Formats: sequence, C-alpha cells, structure tokens
Amino acid sequence: MRQTVVVIGGGPAGLAAADAALDRGAAVVLLESAPRLGGQFWRHPTDRSATDTSLQHNWNAFVAMADRVGSDPSATVITSAQAWAIDHDHGQGDAAFGVQAAVGSADGPSREMITVRGHALIIATGAHDRTLPFPGWDLPGVVTGGAAQAMAKAEGIAVGQRVVVAGAGPFLLPVAASLAAVGARVIGVLEASSRRQVVSGWLPQSPWLAAKAPELAGYATYLARHRIPYRTGLAVTRAHGNDSVRGITVSRIDSDWRPVPGTAEYLDVDAVCVSHGFTPRLELAIAAGCALGADRFVAVDAAQRTSVPNVFCAGEPTGIGGSDVALAEGRIAGHVAAGGAITDTQLRPAVRRRRLLRRLTGAIRDAHRIGPGWTSWLTDDTVICRCEETSYGALRSTLIATRTTGLRPAKLTTRAGLGPCQGRICGRTVEELMTDLASTDGGADQRSDGVIIDRRPIASPVRFSELTAQARVVGTHEQMDTQEEDR
Amino acid sequence: MTDELQLIFNGERLTARRGQSIAGALLASGRRSWRTTAAGRLPRGLFCGIGVCFDCLVTVNGVRDIRACQRPATEGDVVETQDETLPLRRTEKSR
Repeated sequence: MRQTVVVIGGGPAGLAAADAALDRGAAVVLLESAPRLGGQFWRHPTDRSATDTSLQHNWNAFVAMADRVGSDPSATVITSAQAWAIDHDHGQGDAAFGVQAAVGSADGPSREMITVRGHALIIATGAHDRTLPFPGWDLPGVVTGGAAQAMAKAEGIAVGQRVVVAGAGPFLLPVAASLAAVGARVIGVLEASSRRQVVSGWLPQSPWLAAKAPELAGYATYLARHRIPYRTGLAVTRAHGNDSVRGITVSRIDSDWRPVPGTAEYLDVDAVCVSHGFTPRLELAIAAGCALGADRFVAVDAAQRTSVPNVFCAGEPTGIGGSDVALAEGRIAGHVAAGGAITDTQLRPAVRRRRLLRRLTGAIRDAHRIGPGWTSWLTDDTVICRCEETSYGALRSTLIATRTTGLRPAKLTTRAGLGPCQGRICGRTVEELMTDLASTDGGADQRSDGVIIDRRPIASPVRFSELTAQARVVGTHEQMDTQEEDR
Repeated sequence: MTDELQLIFNGERLTARRGQSIAGALLASGRRSWRTTAAGRLPRGLFCGIGVCFDCLVTVNGVRDIRACQRPATEGDVVETQDETLPLRRTEKSR
C-alpha cells in the first residue's frame, strides 16, 4: 500500500523531507504554521519577486522545492496550520499517531481543527533564538536577531534606525546584513566570543569554510560595504530607556563571558538585536514520545529515526546545525520514511554532507558557546521570566528560602516559566541559574524532579470554542481502518 | 485588488500592506509597544518576532491574546492594546 508521510514544518528540513518522500512515491501531508512555506530561514513577502535574493542563501533550492511540493498531486500542503498536540499509541504499531492542528489565522478564534494521520511522521520544527537576560532587556526595542530578521526579510521593516546586533554565533552576520538592506544604520556587530575563540573555531574547518565561503564572503562584503564594524569579546550588559530603548551599555567580557570592570561604554541606539544561539523546538517531538539525548536534542539514528517507530526528526531539533545540515537530514528522513533505505545510492550525497557538516558546525558552535560568567551581569531587578515578570532577585531568594531543587516546584513558587510562552524564552536560563545555585551547594546539573522545561503537551494555545469543533481527518484514515481489518 | 488595507488601532486609522503582520503594521507606523504588563505595568511590543514569546499580544476584533507578529492584517481589523492588569474591571464595564 502507498505510504503517507506527514511532515511538521515547512522550513529547509521539512521541505527537503517532503521532496524526498514524493521522489520515493509516497503521499505527503505537509503542515506549516506560517501562511507561507520557507520556515524562519527562507522568509519572504507574499510576492516572492520582492525578495532581495542576495540575502536569501540557497533561494533557488527553496523555490524548486516549494514549487514542486506545492504542485505535486501527491502532496497536500496545509499552511497556517498550527500543530498543537500529537496523540500517539505505541500499542497499535504503524500509523499510531494523530497530529492535532488548528488551521487558519493565528490565534483563532475560528480555525478549522484537523487530525492528520499517516504511516510515518517527520518532525522538522526548527529552533528559536536563545537570548540571555540582561538589565533592561524587557524594554521595547530590545528584540531577538530572529525578530529583526523576520521583520526585515518578510515585511521590509527595520526594527530601528540606529541598531546594534549582539550576542554570539554566525547568525549575527545575516541579521546585520538584513537590517542594513532595509535601511537601518547598523553601528556594530558585537560578538561575545573572543577573536581567538572565533578564529580557532572557524579556521581549522577549511572544508566547511570552503563550502560556506560564498555565503560568508557575501555577508562580509555586505558588512564592509555598509561600514558595519564586527567587534569581538563584547556583550550588551544593560539597555537604557523608559518607554523604549535609548541606549545600551557594552562591556568587554573575558573568555568566560564575565564583564571586565572599567570597560563599559555607552552607545546611542533605538534598537538592539540580541541572540546568543538557538533553542530547539522540542515540544512536538516530546509529545510524540521521542527520546532525547543527554545533550537535550532529539535522539536519532543514521536514518533520522527517533526512538518511536515510524517517527523521524530532522534539522535543528536533532542538533543546531543550520540550513545545510537541515536540508541533508530532511532528505534522508523523507526518503527512509517513504520506505527507502539509508544505503540507497540517491542518499549518498546527503549522507556525506550531513557527516561533514555535523562535525564542522559542532566546532563552530563550540567557538560561540555561552560562557558561565554571563550571570554576573544580572542585577536583582533584572527580569528573568518576561511573561510573569519574575526578577533575578526574587527567583534566587525564593529558591534559596524554599530550598527548591525541582523544576516543577520552582515554577510554582517563583512563577518563572508559567506564563503564555511556557518557558520558551526563560526556561533554559532558569535551569542554568538553578544549576548555578546547586553548584554552590555541591549539587547536580539536573533538577531533582527530573523535569525539563521543554515538555509542553499543548504545544500552542487553542481556544475552547475551537476545541469543541469536530476535527476533520486528513491523511490515511480509511486506509488505516482497512489495514486494521486485514490484520 | 489594492496593495493596501486599513486597520483601526485604538480608534486610530492605520494603513498596512497586504500580507503584512499586525506587528509589522504597528512598527511601520512608528509604534514600539502595544501591551502593558500585569505586575510592573511596563510597555511591551515585539520581542521574538516568530511567535514564540507571546510578548506582542493584542486584542483583534474583540478577541484577546492574538500574537501580533503571527496574525496577518486583514481589511477592517479592529486592533486594541491589551490591559493585563484589569481583567475584572474590563468585564464589569463591558456588561
């Protein structure tokens, strides 16, 4: 019988997965939460021609995949589809999952509810920016790099007129380039890692650099042409302003990211874009029952199979690696999910690229790893949980007073992570601050209750009025019933 | 079909481009914040821009808690800032 492959996520990994599954003759249902395919990487206006393709790496690959998946009669593409839960039943063997999704304009109130079934599920949910808190980071005008990128690429809007891009990692470069392209004056890109860390992380990776050279050279040229300085070993340690950001304090930091006294400088800005890396979006993989590795990414084998039969994962949830890794992993997952084998000749290029890129992006990631000393730029009144407005001082004193070592009681006593974002922004930070506290006690780097912030059975808010509607079944419902009778 | 559409934001007319998000339309009009937090009564606007942080929530056509960065603007949308501090008083007033 023909395989139906369900793909969650229409970014590089999900599109490659859908493309490969179609190549192998499967039917595909692709769910994308945004109104348009492309994910966070290929963001573009409604009218694709309006996109400045010089800022869209691998744009032709996107157009080819999106057009193919969009026009193939074996593919059902559902955009504006927010997957909010995954039901699974290990007892039933094949096709024992149902993806619950709300389809329509975010966030309701009258979206259509669907349940998507198939023989295999590919989770390609991507990642979001990790931004470490600092005093004043809750002021309007302080945004993530991803926010600046999304507004610039998809809407042609600059988040400010006079902007600093700061944090850690190669992602700062395209953010600065996109801002300059939409008319912002970028007065600097501030990388937290030292020049030595950056150089020793990047330079030995010559095969990777060779592969990435055109893209990197493109950004470097762009930055040079717009006279945007790239400075290393610096962090934004405070944002100033009343109703919105008016300036920032920038400090030199040591290799552990501890601010060096006496190095603070003040910069006039009306926006600052800060990203210190990425957090994988794990909730749907966890909801599907997939095991995580010790590194808190979805554990997969060589064929991108998770611990759950017929459930695959590709791209950032298996390890932050960027779009090229995601494309390779997506292709492998799609091919195998559609019944192919990892040893098939057509997968060789993807397998080779994945092996090379995974190793090398790991080295780059290490060069930009968050240093433990960052907590020393926090003040007692620094907001940690933006939703519940829990300050660092309140968090710390409550945890100490109640001797809380479990994440669940920590959330209940401090309210950090209880708000509408469900700890997506502060969760990893709260966990690290708890580790910090425990280590002064000789404690462990895991919470005593074994709870992690990434478990969110309801992956996105749904309205009661929407829940009461009967869900329409999409995918292989009938075939499944037949199959069960055959058994 | 024209490329522009009209919104009402807190009673004021606002022009948005078709395909634009409500957050994009608000930023383009020079606004930086459109929510007041519950405890600190502090202004918030765009932060993550990709639907993760829920900082940019607005009320659209009478429905609360819509992520402005994820909601495409449509003709005639009535957008209002959310007051997180007074849900009870709001309910009493509207009844």
